[in-house]
Amino acid sequence: METQTINLGIGNAGHIFVIISFVASILATFAYGKAALNNEIGKDSWVSFGRKIFIAHGVAVIAAAVTLFLIIYNHNFEYHYAWSHSSVNLAVHYMIACFWEGQEGSFLIWTLWNALLGFVLIGTNKKWEAPVMTVFALVQVFLTSMILGIVIGDFKLGSSPFILLRDVLSDARFLINPNFVPEDGTGLNPLLQNYWMVIHPPMTFLGFALTLVPFSFCIAGLWRKDFTDWIRPALPWTIFGGVILGTAIIMGGYWAYETLNFGGYWNWDPVENAVYVPWLILIASMHTMIVFKKSETALKTSIVLVISTFLLILYATFLTRSGILGNASVHSFTDLGLSGQLLVYLFVFVIGAIVLAAVRWKHIPTSEKEASTYSREFWIFIGALTLCLMAFQVIVPTSFPVFNKIVEAFGGLSTLAPPADQIQFYSQWQLWFAIAIAILSGTGQFFFWQKMDKAKLKSALALPVIISLILSALIFTSAKIYDPVYIVILVAGIYSIVSNSKIFLSLIKSRSYKLTGGSVAHIGIAMMLIGIMFSEGYSRVLSKNLTRRISNDLTEEQNNNMVILFLNDPKPVAGYQLLYKSEGLSARGIPGYIKKSLLAETNDPHYKVAIQPIIQEGIKYAALGDTLYFRTPENTYHEVEYTHLTSGKQFTLYPRTQKNENMGQTIVSPDIKKQWNRDIYTYVALSNDFEDEFTQWSEKEIVKVDSIGQRFFINDYVAIYDGFERIPSVTFADLSPKDVAVRADITVFAEGGNNYKLQPLYVIQNGFLRRPTLMNQEIASRIIFESINPEDGSVEFSIQTAQKDYIIIQSLEKPQINILWIGTVVMIIGFIIATRRRYVEFAKMRDKGFA
Amino acid sequence: MKKSSLIGIVVIAIAIAVIISTSSSASSYVTFEEAYSMSETGNTGSIHVVGELKKNSAGQIVGVQPSADRLSVEFVLVDENNKEQTVFLNSPMPSDLLNSEKVVVIGGYKNDRFMADKVLLKCPSKYEETTL
Repeated sequence: METQTINLGIGNAGHIFVIISFVASILATFAYGKAALNNEIGKDSWVSFGRKIFIAHGVAVIAAAVTLFLIIYNHNFEYHYAWSHSSVNLAVHYMIACFWEGQEGSFLIWTLWNALLGFVLIGTNKKWEAPVMTVFALVQVFLTSMILGIVIGDFKLGSSPFILLRDVLSDARFLINPNFVPEDGTGLNPLLQNYWMVIHPPMTFLGFALTLVPFSFCIAGLWRKDFTDWIRPALPWTIFGGVILGTAIIMGGYWAYETLNFGGYWNWDPVENAVYVPWLILIASMHTMIVFKKSETALKTSIVLVISTFLLILYATFLTRSGILGNASVHSFTDLGLSGQLLVYLFVFVIGAIVLAAVRWKHIPTSEKEASTYSREFWIFIGALTLCLMAFQVIVPTSFPVFNKIVEAFGGLSTLAPPADQIQFYSQWQLWFAIAIAILSGTGQFFFWQKMDKAKLKSALALPVIISLILSALIFTSAKIYDPVYIVILVAGIYSIVSNSKIFLSLIKSRSYKLTGGSVAHIGIAMMLIGIMFSEGYSRVLSKNLTRRISNDLTEEQNNNMVILFLNDPKPVAGYQLLYKSEGLSARGIPGYIKKSLLAETNDPHYKVAIQPIIQEGIKYAALGDTLYFRTPENTYHEVEYTHLTSGKQFTLYPRTQKNENMGQTIVSPDIKKQWNRDIYTYVALSNDFEDEFTQWSEKEIVKVDSIGQRFFINDYVAIYDGFERIPSVTFADLSPKDVAVRADITVFAEGGNNYKLQPLYVIQNGFLRRPTLMNQEIASRIIFESINPEDGSVEFSIQTAQKDYIIIQSLEKPQINILWIGTVVMIIGFIIATRRRYVEFAKMRDKGFA
Repeated sequence: MKKSSLIGIVVIAIAIAVIISTSSSASSYVTFEEAYSMSETGNTGSIHVVGELKKNSAGQIVGVQPSADRLSVEFVLVDENNKEQTVFLNSPMPSDLLNSEKVVVIGGYKNDRFMADKVLLKCPSKYEETTL
């Protein structure tokens, strides 16, 4: 065994950076707190000390993050984090995803975003610096404590990403050699090896971090008894947080859409809900803040909502990281034993914020007058209320596991399980709320831009209402929408688009481009609603199997949602001819997928040998006997060719199956054909595995061949015997010079001009005969090189055959899903326009001496 | 009556409706016996039963039988009261059925057969590696 050295320095450095950042955040909290109490600004002693310390803290956090990335990047598998989240065969861009696969790394990225936002605030806002940064630094105390990894007796504070493997695992090899380093890591979960997983998590944590900004301003305002001025600097951050968190949520949905196979982008999974709820409240708070800026009302509501947004982010963190969701969610983190620490973090801020707000409540100014029905305040307030009800409806069932735990803590028993059909359960409620939101966002805009009374309102609304009704009627007659609920969604969505477009056009006419953010974002939201209605409500199974009746106990609907495709055997499905052509793997440096049957295994699944020349798209990429490298051999791609029955147009989809070791199961991912008006979404529900116990093999048939070039049949395919030769080595054994290995050559001619080489082996090792069974998927046969007759050179093969190779697929149509994605982009653009506008407002006021 | 009180009443009404609808659609796990009597009384919908696949004395799973066309599968599930029940699932056999620790079947009885619309599998996750 070679003596290995382990790099202790880098981990120690990382750990020290975390400790420095933790200590510095405590000092910064104290210094900024003092400064806030003394109302210090700019160059005063406490505030400048706090600033220096916070910058030191931020630099230490950056250094810790860089250190962790280097450990992953350099494959330092002596460290647990690198070993359990990365591997030698991982592509570099997925090493970035490794960083946040574990809880420690995702805490670190969150802490990093907070530090960077802190830097921006220090640079842009001197007036509020001391109290705002006190709150920031205090949050950082809690976040850095999560990754401290300090153990004192039985007390564990945080979980360090810089811990050595030997300190986590008790393995005999460490006793023999404490410096043992594994050659490879266990890798990033293959499901997460997807570009969305490189950007979705940091985006989510940036969204989380951004909710801290308005929260800090709000707490600062309450603390200073400056109840109104905090809104102006906080508003652009709130809007920016809304767009970042919203985009992150949709990115996660898109990842699920193309990676998982529940046939959609949103599953109302507890982890999705946990982030959706704070986002709704954030959007509500944004609206009430805008109302306040316009007319000095809704201040108390704004304070409550801004505080709630941040507390709900903490609650979401607790839900997803404490292990409490356990069985309820498919993708929550496992418990790291931090639930106690997470609870302390949650309760400090819940109690602190509520107590502070309660103490100040009496002093917060309110406007006495009741808002008129013809005022924008009233309508936006109703809108915010609707958003809060939406959030309430989602958070109640999502919190079942928490209720169960609380009841158990008091000695009771509660086994509330989430609703059986969660999609249907949540959707039936959320849908009506969404309709209300669309109508309100269409109507509210008119109140927003002009003074209204009954007569004016009628004239303003008449045109949009008429246009929307006509448009909707055209759409639902041409798209054949007869479901009354969907008609209501469509009308509400179109109404919101039409009336917001009217506002948008009048703003453009008056050259107020900067003010268009609201109307553009609302158009985007309404488009998303319509896109969701079409793609979910009218999602259709294309793979209707009309030939099958298996049981009278089944309804028509249950009986026929999947079709079986046999290899090279075309089948008409929903106006297309479907043809299952091959199973392939993706090799480095070679386009497309290489048929499994052209490859022979080696001892390392990442390397396979070409047993025929590899020719893709007419270009030869590998010769016979070349070794090819496969970065992800766990992924198999099934080639399914679609040919349109009338136009003859063709496209090919490659749905994927993945033997996922991390999850202990096979994961099925769809492939999606995007057309202008729909997506065709296809996944393999079951791929045949000839190795499984359910495959029925025929009796062995012995074939005797005595001359080269002789023809015989294997499973009804013509095969030609090309002789045999002695070979020097085999993959499954080490041969000594006395041993003999012989390989026969058979070529089989299959459909579509495909021919396959079969090379069964006949090995004598230490006097023992070994005749491995060779399985070929394409011709559904097993062959054994049974014997060689030295007298006349004849050989015998035994052949077993099975039913042909097949896959069972489900194919879905998602109509008009592009409206959802276009709407998302439109919404993002609107948000960015609004963010810019509010930031410019703040900067102008700041430069005049207000902040 | 003030508008704000009116809005307050509406909000409270919606909130109560949310809670009621949540508690009525919350499902909990039952045994096959309970599931059978529920089906008798007209509840054929989504009943959750949790159990393990039947094993022989050697610890091998028995009773799993995909249909000839592989588009459906039958298996024997043993619930918490050790009652065995053949379950019919009208979709291809989930690839990880045979290495799942626990199986949740969602469905109902029809003519003395448990027809599952959906199965949830709890597989031994290798998510937390503890051995090299």
